[in-house]
Amino acid sequence: MSDTHAESIRFVRETTLPQAEPPVAERGIYKWGRENLFATPGNALLTLIALYVIYVVLSAVLPWLLNGVWNASSLSECREILAGETGGCFAVLVDRWQQLLFGFKYPSAEYWRPALAFVLFFVAAAPVLFFDLPRKMLAFTALFPFLAYWLIWGGPVLVPVVALVGFVVGYLAYAKLVTRSFAGGFFGGIAAAAVTWIIGGFIVDWLSGPSSLLRAVPSRDLGGYMLNFMLGVTCVSLSVPFGIALALGRQSSMPLIKWVSVVFIEFIRGVPLITLLFVASVMLAYFFPPDSNVDLFLRVVIMITMFSSAYIAEVIRGGLAALPKGQYEAADSLGLDYAQAMRLIILPQALKISIPGIVNIAVGLFKDTTLVSVISMFDLVGMIRGPILASTDWNGVYWELLGFAALLFFVVCYGISQYSQWLERRLATDHR
Amino acid sequence: MTEAVKSPAQMTVSDEVAISIHKMNKWYGTFHVLRDIDLTVNRGERIVICGPSGSGKSTLIRCINALEEHQKGTIEVDGTLLSSDLKNIDKIRSEVGMCFQHFNLFPHLTILENCTLAPIWVRKTPKKEAEEIAMHFLEKVKIPDQADKYPGQLSGGQQQRVAIARSLCMRPRIMLFDEPTSALDPEMIKEVLDTMIELAEEGMTMLCVTHEMGFARQVANRVIFMDQGQIVEQNEPEEFFNNPQSPRTQLFLSQILGH
Ligand SMILES: Nc1ncnc2c1ncn2[C@@H]1O[C@H](COP(=O)(O)OP(=O)(O)OP(=O)(O)O)[C@@H](O)[C@H]1O
Ligand SMILES: [Mg+2]
Repeated sequence: MSDTHAESIRFVRETTLPQAEPPVAERGIYKWGRENLFATPGNALLTLIALYVIYVVLSAVLPWLLNGVWNASSLSECREILAGETGGCFAVLVDRWQQLLFGFKYPSAEYWRPALAFVLFFVAAAPVLFFDLPRKMLAFTALFPFLAYWLIWGGPVLVPVVALVGFVVGYLAYAKLVTRSFAGGFFGGIAAAAVTWIIGGFIVDWLSGPSSLLRAVPSRDLGGYMLNFMLGVTCVSLSVPFGIALALGRQSSMPLIKWVSVVFIEFIRGVPLITLLFVASVMLAYFFPPDSNVDLFLRVVIMITMFSSAYIAEVIRGGLAALPKGQYEAADSLGLDYAQAMRLIILPQALKISIPGIVNIAVGLFKDTTLVSVISMFDLVGMIRGPILASTDWNGVYWELLGFAALLFFVVCYGISQYSQWLERRLATDHR
Repeated sequence: MTEAVKSPAQMTVSDEVAISIHKMNKWYGTFHVLRDIDLTVNRGERIVICGPSGSGKSTLIRCINALEEHQKGTIEVDGTLLSSDLKNIDKIRSEVGMCFQHFNLFPHLTILENCTLAPIWVRKTPKKEAEEIAMHFLEKVKIPDQADKYPGQLSGGQQQRVAIARSLCMRPRIMLFDEPTSALDPEMIKEVLDTMIELAEEGMTMLCVTHEMGFARQVANRVIFMDQGQIVEQNEPEEFFNNPQSPRTQLFLSQILGH
C-alpha cells in the first residue's frame, strides 16, 4: 500500500479505493442463513427441530393432497381407486360444489344470479374501500343493495324499487326538515319513508301478477357459502354505521340517548351470539305484527348486526377517547357544529385509530355466520354437517370438506386483514 | 423583535365596544374560578392577561367564545349576548378566532385543508375561493410552501403560525390567544410573536394570555393581572411594569422578571 505515508501521523489520501464485493460469507443467502438460522448453537438446534417438524407435516399432507382422487361418485369408489394408499377424496368437492356454494335448494338454473351479484359486489365495494376511485362510483354502491336483493331473491322488480323510492323520499324529507331541527328531520324522514313503503306495498300487491322477470326464490332456499357471504357483508356494512351511532350516543350529553346506548351495548355484550340467534329463530317473530311474517334471514341479520354493532361501538369509543380534547375545542372555536365536527374532524381520526379493532370484529363476525347452522339454516357448515355428510355416498369425508370450508373462510378473512393493513398505511399522516 | 414597530399608543383604538363582560362568575362544581369579572374591550385594543398558574386566565378567555359556560353575569361580543342559545354561540364563534397553547391543528388534514375547512363548511365559501384566502394568510404567516404538508411534518413554531392562519381564514374581528408560545422552543417563540405583532399593527382586537413581557410592553395597550379568579390590576404596560400598585402584582412581577 503506497498511497499512505505510513511513517507520518499526518494523513492525506491520494487515491480512491475501488468498490469491492463483500466476502462470500457476508453475502446473500450465506449471510442471511448464518444470521437468521444458525446465529448461536441454540438457534441452530431450533432450526433443525423446525426443519424436522416441517418434514413430518409435509410428508403426511403432500401425498394426501397430490394423490387425491378428484373423480369418483362416492367415498367407497374413492377407496377402491386409492387401493389402500393415502390420498384425499376430493371427488366430493367436484360432486357437490354447487351445494357447498349455493345450498341444496337454490334452483340450479338460477346460479348465475347470485354469481352476478357476487361480481357486482366488488364493483360496489371498490369506491368505499379505495377512496382514490372516482366518487361517482358511489352511486352504483347505493343502488347495489337493491339490485343484489332483486338478483338473489328475484320476484317482482317493484319490491326493491319501492324500497329504494322509500329511502329517497325519506332522505328528501330529512333534508327539507333538518334545516329547522335535527329531530324533526330525523323522525320526519323515517315517517316519510314508512308512508312510502306502506303505499308502495299496496301498489306491489295490486300490480304484480305471477309473471315476474326473475323467478322468486324464498329465503329458506338460500344456503351454502353464499349464505355466509351474504350475512357477512350485510351485517358488517350495517353494523359499522350502527356502531358509530351507538358510540356517539354513549358520549352524548343527552341523558336519554346516553342511557339507551349504554344499556343496549352492555346488554348485547353480555349475551352469547347463539342465544340471540335462537331468539331470532323462534322468539323474534312475536315482536313483529302477527301477519308480517318477517323473514328468517332478516331476523338473523338483525341479531348479528345488533351483536357486532355493540362491539364495534366499544372499539370506536376507544378511538374517540384517544383523541385529545383540543381537537373538539379547535373544531368548536372555528364554529363547526356538532355534526360537522364529528364528520370532518373527530370520526375520521377516531375511526383511523379503531381500524384494527373494527377489522378484528368484522373477521370474527364473518366466521360467526357459520353459527346459523345451529338454527337449521344450511350455510356452508350446515350443508357439510347436514345434507352432504348425511348422504350415503359421502358419509365420512370430513377432512376434505372441512378443509375446503376453512380455505374459503381463510381467503376472505386474510383478504380483509391485508386490506386493513394497506388502509392503515394509506391513512398514516401523523408522521410521528 | 423588529425595529420598525409603532409604539402601542400609535396604534388606533376606537370607541366602539368589541367585548363587554359584566359581573361574570364561573364555577367548576363548587370551585369559584372566576369572580365578578368586569372587562370592556374596545375595537383595536391589544390586551395582555397575565397572572400565576391557576388564576383563571385560560378560563376567562375560553368563556368569551363559549368553550366554557359561565353561570352568572353577562358576556357580550360585538353586541351579541352570549347565552345558551346555539345561534348566538355560533355567531360569536365565527367572529372570534382562537389560538391554543398546543396548536390543536387537525393532524389528518393538510395545512391547506386545515385552513379551508371552516370557511368551506361554516361560511359556505366555494372551495377555490377558500383556497385563495388560505394561501393569502399562509403567505402572511410566511409558510405558503408548506401548504401540502401535514401538521406532523412541521416544527412547533410553524404549526402555531398555521393555527393563527387557520383562525384568520374565518376573518375574525377578535383574536384570543392562550399562551401561544409557551409550548415552543426559544428560537421559535420569536417567529410566532412577530406574526402576532403584525396582526396587532393591522388593528386586530386581541386578547392574549402570555408571560412574554417584551411582547406585552411592545404591543399591548393594556395589561391585566389576574389572581384567584379576579382581575387584580390593570394598567398601561409602562405603568404596569414600572409601577405596579398591588402587592400581589409586585410579587408576581418580581418572580417572573427577577431571574
Ligand atoms: N375542567 C375543570 N374542572 C375543574 N377545575 C378546573 C377545570 N379547568 C380548570 N380548573 C381549575 O380552574 C382554575 C383556573 O384554571 P385555568 O386553566 O383558567 O388557569 P390558568 O390561569 O390558565 O393557569 P395556567 O397558567 O396554568 O394555564 C385552576 O385552579 C384549575 O385547577
Ligand atoms: Mg392556562
